[in-house]
Amino acid sequence: MIGVFAALVARDLALATRIGGSGALSLVFFLMIVALVPFALGPDLNLLARIGPAILWLAAVLATLIGLDRLFQADAEDGSLDLMGAAPVPLEIVVLAKVTAHWLTTGLPLALAAPLFGLLVALDGAGMGATALTLLAGTPALTFIGAVGAALTASIRRGGLILAVLVLPLMVPTLIFGVSAAQAALGGTVPFATPLSILAGLTLIAAVVGTLAAAAALRWSE
Amino acid sequence: MSGSGSTMTPSPSPSLWTRLSNPSHFMRWSGALTPWLAALSALVLAAGLYLAWFVAPPDYQQGETVRIMFIHVPAAWLGVFFYASMSLSAVGSLVWRHPLADVAQRAAAPIGAAFTLICLVTGSLWGKPMWGTYWVWDARLTSMLLLFLIYCGLIALWRAIEEPNRAARAVSILTLVGAVNLPIIKFSVNWWSTLHQPASILRMGGPTIDPSMLYPLLVMIAAATLGGITLHLYAMRTEVMRRRVRTLTIREAERLDAGRAQTVPAALPQPL
Repeated sequence: MIGVFAALVARDLALATRIGGSGALSLVFFLMIVALVPFALGPDLNLLARIGPAILWLAAVLATLIGLDRLFQADAEDGSLDLMGAAPVPLEIVVLAKVTAHWLTTGLPLALAAPLFGLLVALDGAGMGATALTLLAGTPALTFIGAVGAALTASIRRGGLILAVLVLPLMVPTLIFGVSAAQAALGGTVPFATPLSILAGLTLIAAVVGTLAAAAALRWSE
Repeated sequence: MSGSGSTMTPSPSPSLWTRLSNPSHFMRWSGALTPWLAALSALVLAAGLYLAWFVAPPDYQQGETVRIMFIHVPAAWLGVFFYASMSLSAVGSLVWRHPLADVAQRAAAPIGAAFTLICLVTGSLWGKPMWGTYWVWDARLTSMLLLFLIYCGLIALWRAIEEPNRAARAVSILTLVGAVNLPIIKFSVNWWSTLHQPASILRMGGPTIDPSMLYPLLVMIAAATLGGITLHLYAMRTEVMRRRVRTLTIREAERLDAGRAQTVPAALPQPL
């Protein structure tokens, strides 16, 4: 079972690097949103520093949506999803492997690049570290929630917009606790650990609910 | 495929629930029940509106605007009530593959969304004279807004998938994921709101509600619940009819197709 899991993760990673698609592109999209905000708000560095974590988190939520609609759709179209469904492992393992690979190519680069992009919105060292840490803890939840939407819309021709409408309300708790944890690190009455632990808890809940629901959606979509 | 009866072979002694939930039986008893239910809800609604307009006193702080509450609170209750009933139907539709559960769920979504919207609109109309603004990012308002957005997503997903059985399963999964998430959303929005906003502005007129307002409110809630159930039954009947029409159309198309295939000479390519 672990062998199958590793093989699927390796396959999806290889596909992502060779096609050269969503991973690098969502990073560029992330940078694009972070760069757009100062144009809308004005170049006031004090203001940007105050809302910096919020900008980074909002950009991460939107960047997660990029490429999510192809998470299962590409495999559903060329038939490899049927083969994976026929494999002697539960479909949940397949979903878990595909979501892990997707997070490794989209969520992880975002979290790693967050300190760099934090420079653009004048975050200080502590703020950058905290925001990167919250993104590291929180983006898996976004990917798992998104996977449910991706599985539900896998067979819909233009499911991208519906996918966004379906999953964005469910991402609100992750956004709230991600931003409050990062803000707490910048100073405030709430200790940093409290929202961060809730964020980690949300990720674990999303991992369980997301995997089960996405597998159920794929299984019953025939 | 409701009403076709192929999956609904009656057992020798079906329970009352099984008999009531058979689509053909459902159409019979709901057809007999809905006019009475509609009349009853109109009656209770008239009584509730009379109490709300003429009997309940104006609030000592809020004045006449307090009467918006008699619409607002029942609408909020129904918005949540229909989501709960959709979650139950989702279990019925996933576990037992019951055709009527799909129908109930599908019929509930627009009604629940409409009542949630009514709750939001009346709330913001009340907020203008009371808070001086149509919208504040209060925890309860925000939760209702997110509930409305989830309703919209469910309806959109239903529209996007053409085949009713597949749509019903997809929407059931999403409904249950939403049901797991709604308490989390509620909790996190509360946390968020207390972080960002002092609670002092948002307190209602008093900690408890006076009986002279409570009884009209309870009558209005009863009226709204009866009215909501009536609307739901009507919508379910429409949905059953719609599916029957769909099945009949498909059968008719198949019959025509088969008839044409026989008359077409063998040399011509067969129509797909």
